[in-house]
Amino acid sequence: MAALAALTVHELSARYRSGQATPTQAVTEYLARIDALDPQVRAFLTVTREEALRRAALADARFKAGTPRGPLDGVPIALKDVLCTRGIRSTCGSKILERFVPPYDATVVARLFEAGAVLLGKLNMDEFAMGSSTEHSAFFTTRNPWDLARVPGGSSGGAAAAVAADLAALSLGTDTGGSIRQPAAFSGVLGMKPTYGRVSRYGVIAFASSLDQVGPFAKDAEDAALMLQTIAGADPMDSTSVDVPVPDYRAALARGIEGLRLGVPAEYFIDGMDPEVEQAVRAAIATLERLGARAEPVSLPHTEYGLAAYYVIAPAEASSNLARYDGVKYGLRAAGARDLIDMYSKTRAAGFGAEVKRRVMLGTYVLSAGYYDAYYGQAQKVRTLVRRDFERAFERVDLIVAPTTPGVAFKMGEKEDPLQMYLNDIFTIPVNLAGLPGVSIPGGFTHTGLPIGLQLIGRAFDEAMLLRAAHAYQQATTWHTRKPPVDGTPR
Amino acid sequence: MNNYETVIGLEVHAQLLTNTKMFCGCRAAFGAAPNTQTCPVCQGMPGSLPVVNRRAIEFGIMTALAIGCRVNRLNRFARKHYYYPDMPKNYQISQYEEPLAEHGRLAIEAGGATREIGIQRVHLEEDVGKLLHEGQLETAPSSSVDFNRAGVPLMEIVSKPDLRSPEEAAAYLKSLRAILVYLRVCDGNMEEGSLRCDANISLRPRGQTEYGTKVEIKNMNSFRNVRDALEYEIRRQTRALETSERLVQETRLWDPDRAVTVSMRSKEFAHDYRYFPEPDLPPLDVQAGWVDELRARLPELPVARRARFQTAYALSAYEAELLTQGRGLADYFEDAARGSGKPKVVANWVLNELLRELPADDDRAVAACPIFPAHLVGLLALIDDGTISGKIAKDVFEKMYRSGETAQAIVGREGLTQVADEGALGAAVDRVLGDHAKVVEDYKAGKKAALGFLVGQVMKATQGKANPAVVNRLLMEKLPQV
Amino acid sequence: MKISLADVEHVARLARLELSAAEKERMRRELDGILSYIDKLRAVDTSGVEPTSHAVPVTNVMRDDTERPSLPPEDMLANAPDRHGELFRVPRIIEE
Ligand SMILES: [Mg+2]
Ligand SMILES: [Zn+2]
Repeated sequence: MAALAALTVHELSARYRSGQATPTQAVTEYLARIDALDPQVRAFLTVTREEALRRAALADARFKAGTPRGPLDGVPIALKDVLCTRGIRSTCGSKILERFVPPYDATVVARLFEAGAVLLGKLNMDEFAMGSSTEHSAFFTTRNPWDLARVPGGSSGGAAAAVAADLAALSLGTDTGGSIRQPAAFSGVLGMKPTYGRVSRYGVIAFASSLDQVGPFAKDAEDAALMLQTIAGADPMDSTSVDVPVPDYRAALARGIEGLRLGVPAEYFIDGMDPEVEQAVRAAIATLERLGARAEPVSLPHTEYGLAAYYVIAPAEASSNLARYDGVKYGLRAAGARDLIDMYSKTRAAGFGAEVKRRVMLGTYVLSAGYYDAYYGQAQKVRTLVRRDFERAFERVDLIVAPTTPGVAFKMGEKEDPLQMYLNDIFTIPVNLAGLPGVSIPGGFTHTGLPIGLQLIGRAFDEAMLLRAAHAYQQATTWHTRKPPVDGTPR
Repeated sequence: MNNYETVIGLEVHAQLLTNTKMFCGCRAAFGAAPNTQTCPVCQGMPGSLPVVNRRAIEFGIMTALAIGCRVNRLNRFARKHYYYPDMPKNYQISQYEEPLAEHGRLAIEAGGATREIGIQRVHLEEDVGKLLHEGQLETAPSSSVDFNRAGVPLMEIVSKPDLRSPEEAAAYLKSLRAILVYLRVCDGNMEEGSLRCDANISLRPRGQTEYGTKVEIKNMNSFRNVRDALEYEIRRQTRALETSERLVQETRLWDPDRAVTVSMRSKEFAHDYRYFPEPDLPPLDVQAGWVDELRARLPELPVARRARFQTAYALSAYEAELLTQGRGLADYFEDAARGSGKPKVVANWVLNELLRELPADDDRAVAACPIFPAHLVGLLALIDDGTISGKIAKDVFEKMYRSGETAQAIVGREGLTQVADEGALGAAVDRVLGDHAKVVEDYKAGKKAALGFLVGQVMKATQGKANPAVVNRLLMEKLPQV
Repeated sequence: MKISLADVEHVARLARLELSAAEKERMRRELDGILSYIDKLRAVDTSGVEPTSHAVPVTNVMRDDTERPSLPPEDMLANAPDRHGELFRVPRIIEE
């Protein structure tokens, strides 16, 4: 069945140019797969069928006329529902925005449309990107294509599962504490969080403004390069986007990793982590060394405090960002309120799920009178120490190699206690605190056939280095080419 | 004179005269149809982000310099949280620990004396939308919001608690307003709300150093209101203190109709603003070079200009005061004074004739004045060279104001030039002497006052165009021969 | 115990969040657990350490004071739960 949907974007785009396939054929095939498989995977919150076919036809015409717009022209993509799409509802996985239809496109969305990309639909996520499994989606839980009884990871679980199951050629997610890299690891695809400020946040529904960053899910490093090329670069609408030149990522891929220095942080190999994950990551490091890189130990001593700092900073910013959902301008309004304040409280009680309420409460508490210095102030200082750890390490190495997560995809409902859920993110959170780029690529499988993520962390704005290493690794391995038994049964 | 000392501090919010809002490109102008000047940013839509308006920062720095503040190099925006439907994000982007500027002073004149009032801080923030109620807020079944005003740049200027009376408070507000208007950073209109004033007022037994219980008063939208509200509050607090009734720290609203302040029990609890640095806005690094550039752009300020007008143009304190009310009027005066070289005369014409015609003395009115300074100079020149009389000149001035024409044009067309030609005047004089034989007799009989009457008659006969000097001389020549 | 039921009620009021009695107790328990974990931050010596509020150190990002067209009122009001003509309507306001 999956003739075109099985291809990478660069392969598909080559077929378009040679006339062996048209965007409409590919889009039609992807829509058929969504019809057939999404009832089990449940990656999509909204499928934009007509919109997709309309854009595909326009792309067909451009290829016919010999005037395609570039490597993403006619490419079927899907977007995490945290991104605002003009005229298409954008729920952010929340009841409170269930019927919210933005009057504008996020900057990244506008850039993708300009590049000719074809939107298949909007993808499921943990509510307001708060979670690691999509179990906190207000609508339903997305399944892991490798084992439908397990979670795909989160919060960008829909975006990871869609690419893993060939329900989209590329997708975009957001990563605040690991929300791209962790689901990429759980779902066996590449997921990259660019440097904070590399990609515009305008139109990205905010969770924690100083940590959020948009990034791609892709079938391989070359596809990720094409996506990043399209969305990266300063945006006058986002004051925190940084005007650092955007290199030619695809050209960087070929350079190989001969002589690169890899740092292996002791703090990322802890007791209680899944031994199969550790084995796989060690093996991957050996592979990278065979390809000419030199691995050496580095130390990131404040790693163990990252999670605690994160669970002050992120909820604090979230409690502020989510204050606007009050039933006045958009979104849900609870009925039968006595007065304004009653309407606020009932609307937010009805519109927010348990995890969002928890974080709004936590964030409000740590910012409230008398607690600021002890919590928020201290967390911001610890954040500085985490950043310095990385700066020191990068004086000696070009890249840091580590596991993306301590374990692999867990079963739905397995992590009841919030803190247990949060612990998934201990290896990804420090990267957000430091604002650095990180990528998770398939680095092996457990004996039960579950994907294992290999995390590469780079210097600020050096995404090219990450893609280079990822590409070199993928030239030497086949993990990324394995397809999940989606049509298949839970094992 | 009671035995309590009044302590007042003012918190002034000034809407800045930028084209666009503080954090988005929507027009900041007042008076558009509801919700026609909004976008995802100023309506706090999910995903929207703020971007700082450079001109707003520059206006803030210029003001800070004008009132002697130290501009902080590190400038940060912060989020101030409270729920209210006119505030789209339910937090206001403001400044907290790192404001734009601090430690200034402002000279005020009250009770004949000049005093310096300390300025605590100047910071920038965004305005909220407009809430409309069906009737009174208390009784309205529902309210409605227009977000046009949301995000308009506001500059908050906080004084130290240095003011000691409602008069001083009004004087402070007056000189602050004059400076803002001179800098053209705010139009100073209190009725339209582009200049707003809240007051903190407390009383304490004379001689006591620590402050008494502070009450915040809001909703005073005119100089009058400020004075009245503070006077009322002094009476209320004095009464309370004398009857040793407990005063609560609270916010009270001035009700101009009932001329009382009313407690808005509300905010008590809401006062936990949970400030934290605005993560969507990188800090500003205000370097000395930028500040110097802006300092160089500062105009001469009202106080300095008033002094200079007195010394440079020998004007009275009163004239200088009136002429420096607005920057436009002062500029008008100076242009004309330089042009004509007769500052005193120009001052009289501006203060008497021009201000009589102008609808107001503010910049807008002066800018729209149909008589340009150069035209006034031209008119005065015609008086000097005897072309027209001072009396005619006033009529010409009015005509100039209506038509926008030059004096020369009007005088030329309407033949208002003075008649100095002896032949023409001689005839008129002879006629008058013939018609008033009786008066001539009186004159000869020694009634010298009669001469004035005869001059008047000649002027009348020539519709005021006759040159009075020539008429006098001719009469003196001719009278003896009658 | 790091956080009391009264704290939870106070914070819920600040956050405009209605919680049932059961939710309050559960919330107290969960927040207490998280706050106890967060307490490990106290162990870190941060004397003389500058806080990081922005991951990437940039400054002076500003725009020119030039107008960009606003959106049509219809677009801006389209999501309003309750409208009153071209205005957003809210229930009667009773100050706390
Ligand atoms: Mg203020
Ligand atoms: Zn706007």
